[in-house]
Amino acid sequence: MVFKSHLAAMLLLGSALCSLQAAMASTLVYCSEGSPETFNPQLSTSGTTFDASSRQLYNRLLEFKPGTTEIVPGLAQRWEVSANGLEYTFHLRPNVSFHSTEFFTPSRFFNADDVLFSFNRQRDTSNPWYSVSGGVYKYFNDMGFNKLIKDVVKLDENRVRIVLNNPDSTFLSNLAMDFSSILSKQYADAMMIAGTPEKLDLKPVGTGPFMFVKYEKDAFIRYQAHPAYWKGMEELDKLVFAITVDPSVRYARLRTGECHVMAYPLPTDIKSMKKNPEIKVAEQPGLNTAYWAFNTSKPPFDNVLVRQAMNYAINRQAILDVIYKGTGSIASSVIPPTIWNWKGPEYDYVYNPDRAKKILENAGFAEGFEIDIWAMPVQRPYNPNARKMATLIQQDLEKIGIKANVVTYEWGTYLKKSREGEHQTILLGWTGDNGDPDNFFTPLLSCTAAETGNNRSFWCNKQFNDLISLARIEADMQKRKKLYKRAEVIFKQEAPWLTIAHSVRFQPYLSKVQGLKIDPFGGIYFSGVSLK
Amino acid sequence: MPQHLLHRLLLVIPTFFGIVALTFLLIRLAPGDPILLIAGEHGVSAERYAELQQQFGFDQPLFIQFADYLWQVLNGNLGRSVVTQTPVLEEFSNLFPATLELALIAIILAVLIAIPAGVLAAVKRNTIIDHSITAVSLVGYSMPIFWWALLLILLFSVNLGWMPVAGRLNFIYDIESVTGFMLIDTLIAGDKDAFFDAVHHLILPAIVLATIPLAVITRMTRSAMLEVLKQDYIRTARAKGLSEFSVIFKHALRNALIPVITVIGLQTSILMTGAILTETIFSWPGIGKWLLEAVYRRDYPVVQGGVLLIAGLVILVNTVVDLLYVLINPSLRQQK
Repeated sequence: MVFKSHLAAMLLLGSALCSLQAAMASTLVYCSEGSPETFNPQLSTSGTTFDASSRQLYNRLLEFKPGTTEIVPGLAQRWEVSANGLEYTFHLRPNVSFHSTEFFTPSRFFNADDVLFSFNRQRDTSNPWYSVSGGVYKYFNDMGFNKLIKDVVKLDENRVRIVLNNPDSTFLSNLAMDFSSILSKQYADAMMIAGTPEKLDLKPVGTGPFMFVKYEKDAFIRYQAHPAYWKGMEELDKLVFAITVDPSVRYARLRTGECHVMAYPLPTDIKSMKKNPEIKVAEQPGLNTAYWAFNTSKPPFDNVLVRQAMNYAINRQAILDVIYKGTGSIASSVIPPTIWNWKGPEYDYVYNPDRAKKILENAGFAEGFEIDIWAMPVQRPYNPNARKMATLIQQDLEKIGIKANVVTYEWGTYLKKSREGEHQTILLGWTGDNGDPDNFFTPLLSCTAAETGNNRSFWCNKQFNDLISLARIEADMQKRKKLYKRAEVIFKQEAPWLTIAHSVRFQPYLSKVQGLKIDPFGGIYFSGVSLK
Repeated sequence: MPQHLLHRLLLVIPTFFGIVALTFLLIRLAPGDPILLIAGEHGVSAERYAELQQQFGFDQPLFIQFADYLWQVLNGNLGRSVVTQTPVLEEFSNLFPATLELALIAIILAVLIAIPAGVLAAVKRNTIIDHSITAVSLVGYSMPIFWWALLLILLFSVNLGWMPVAGRLNFIYDIESVTGFMLIDTLIAGDKDAFFDAVHHLILPAIVLATIPLAVITRMTRSAMLEVLKQDYIRTARAKGLSEFSVIFKHALRNALIPVITVIGLQTSILMTGAILTETIFSWPGIGKWLLEAVYRRDYPVVQGGVLLIAGLVILVNTVVDLLYVLINPSLRQQK
C-alpha cells in the first residue's frame, strides 16, 4: 500500500516535471531593449514598439518576406493596379480570424471594414477615432499617405480599392510597413461603446501569429500562440519579452539561459559571443547609411572641388576599424546593399590625401581653411560614436591643411539647428523604412528636402532631382534601377556627402533556437521560430 | 507636541509649491524639445510641429502653462505622458510598489548589518576589527554602483550560476498583480515556489542598493556610539557592575540611535530616488528607470509628475522621522 502510494506520488511528480519541462520548452524569452510606447503601431515610429506590436500581433495587406525587403501577399491575397497607376484593388484573404482573448471575442472574420477602419483612422481628421490616444500618426504622414491617398473604397466584403492622388511606385512597399497594420473594427466599436476607446491601443487584438496576454511596464510582455492563425499555429506556445534596458545585462541573461534571444548587442561583445558554442550570432548589413554632409549653401562647400577633396581626404577604412570595430562596411552608395542587392556606383572615392591637397590647390585653397564638423551627441544604429568619428576626420583634414573644430549639441537641438542650415558640415545618417531606394533619395537629397531642411547638404540638382522623381512614379523595377544608377553618378560627381558606412546588424541567440531570421529593417519576428 | 506637528505640516505647503515650480522650470530649462526628439532624423514639418505644440499646450506662454499645470495638480491631475498617453498617476502607481519593495528590503538589510557592525567597530575601537569595518564601509561608500552591480552579476549569476541576472520573477510563474509587491503577491497566489523565486531575484539588487546606506549607517553608528561611550552615565553604569552587554545595548546604543534614525530616514528617502541605476541594471520595473527614460525623452508631464510624487514621499518620510525624533528624545519633547 505504502509502495503504491509512493509510486503514485513519484509518477505524479514525474508527470508534473514533464509538463513543466514541456511548458518551458515551448516558451521563448526574448530580452528586448525597452518598453513599447503603445500596442498600436499606427501611433509610433519606434522599432521597440513595432517589435512588441505589429511584428507579433498584427498583419498587413502586404508583408515583407521574412529576412528580405521583398513584398509578398499578406491579408491581401492578390492585387491589381490600374493602367494610370492610381487605383489599387486588393482581394482580401477569406476566413482570417482576429484574436479571441480574455477581453474580446470576435464574432466575424477579417473583412473590408477592418481595412477601411485602419486607414481612415489615420487619414480622416473628422473620423471619431482620429484623436484617440493623442492622434499622432507620424509615420503615416511621413510616408506621405495623408497626401497620397485620395480614397479607400469598400467594393464588397472581400475587396478594397485604394485610390491615389498621383502614381507612386513606393506605395506597395509602404503598405507592408508597420503603420499599415490592420486592426479590428469590431473590437474598436466595442471599445467605443464601452467608453474606453484607448483600450484598442493598449490591449491589442490583431490577426497575427501571437496574441497579447499581459504587459507590465518596464518588466515584461506575455504572448501566446494564436490557435486560429491563418498561416497555421506557431510551434512556440508562449512568447515573453523580458524588458532589459542594459545591453551588458541582456548578454548576461543570454549566457545564463534566462533569455533565448537578445536585442541590440554591444559591438564590443560580438567577439566573445561568437566564441561561445551555445550562442549563435546572425549578421546582415543594416538598412542604414552613415554620412558626412557638406552644407552647399555655405562657402567653401558651395565649391564642388572642395567637396570632392573632402571625399578623397578621409580614410574610411580607419573609421571602420576604430569606430565600427568590424561591425560595418564602407558605404560606396547612398543606399545599403540590402536594398535590391544594390552594388553602388562604378566610381567611388578612394583615400588619397595627396590628390585631395591638389584639388584644393586647384580650387584656390592652397593655404587651407578652417571648418566646423558637427558630431551627434548620441549613439545611433548607423553610427556607434560620432564624436570619436569627428576626431578621426579632424586628424585626416589636418594632413591636408584644414583645421576642423568638432561641435556638438543636445540631440533635439542638433537636429533642429542643422535642419535650419546652421552647420557647415554634419555627421548624420538614416535608417530605411520600407526597403525602397526612394526612401533614401527623396527624403535626404531631393530639392523638396533641401527646402524642409531634411537634406542637410541643401544640395538641389535639377538633373538628379528629375531622375529620382521619375523613378518614384515608374512601376518597372529594372527601369527604376537604371534611373537610380544615373542619379547616383551625378551624386558622386557633385559630392554633397561623403558616404561613410553601413553598420552591420547582429542578432545573437541560443543555438537551441530554430528558424530565427535576421530582419533587414532591424526588427524581430517570432513567427516560424521554434525551440529544439 | 501638537504645535510642533502643526508647524511641520505647515512647512510642507511652501515646500510642495517650491517643488512644483522648480520641476516645471528646470525641465524646460534643459535643452531639447520633446516633439523634435520623437521626430528624430525624419523631422517634422512646420505645420505639423505647430499642430503638436498646440496639442500638448507647449505653444502657450510659460506662465500660462505653469498656471494651467498648477491648477491641474491641485485638482489631482498630473497629466498624461507625451510618449505613451497614459495618465502619469496611473504609471506611477503601477511602478512604485516595485521600487518601494526593493528600497524597503535594502534598508532593512542595511540596518540589520550596519548597526551591529557600527557598534562592534566602536566597542573594538582602534583594533583590527574597527579598522576592517571602517575600511569596508569606506569602500562600500565609494563604490560605483554600476560597476558593483555588474561585478556581482558576473560572479554570482554568470560564473557561479547561483543568482538570476535580472527581473523580479522567473517567467514560468505568472502571478496576478494584486498589491504590486511581488513577495506579497506570490503569497496571495499561494505559490511557495514563486515566493522563493521572488526572494532569490531580490537578493542581488537589494545588496547593491543597500551598499551605500550600509556604509553610511555603519559610520554614523560608530561615531555616535563612540560619543556616547565617553559619557559619564556609561562610566556610572559600568561602576554599578552592569554587564557589558547591558551597558552597550541598553544604555549606549539607545542614546546613540537618535542621530542614526535620522540618517536611516534620510537614506530611505534617497533610496527611493536613488534606485535609478540599480533598477536599470537589474531590469527592475520601478520609478527610477521610468523617470530616467522620461528625462531622456523630455516627457515633461512624467518628469514633473514623477518628481512631484517622489518629493511628496520624501517630505512624508522626513516629517515622520522628525516626529519620531521628538518622540524618542524626551528633552526635545519638553522643549516643545
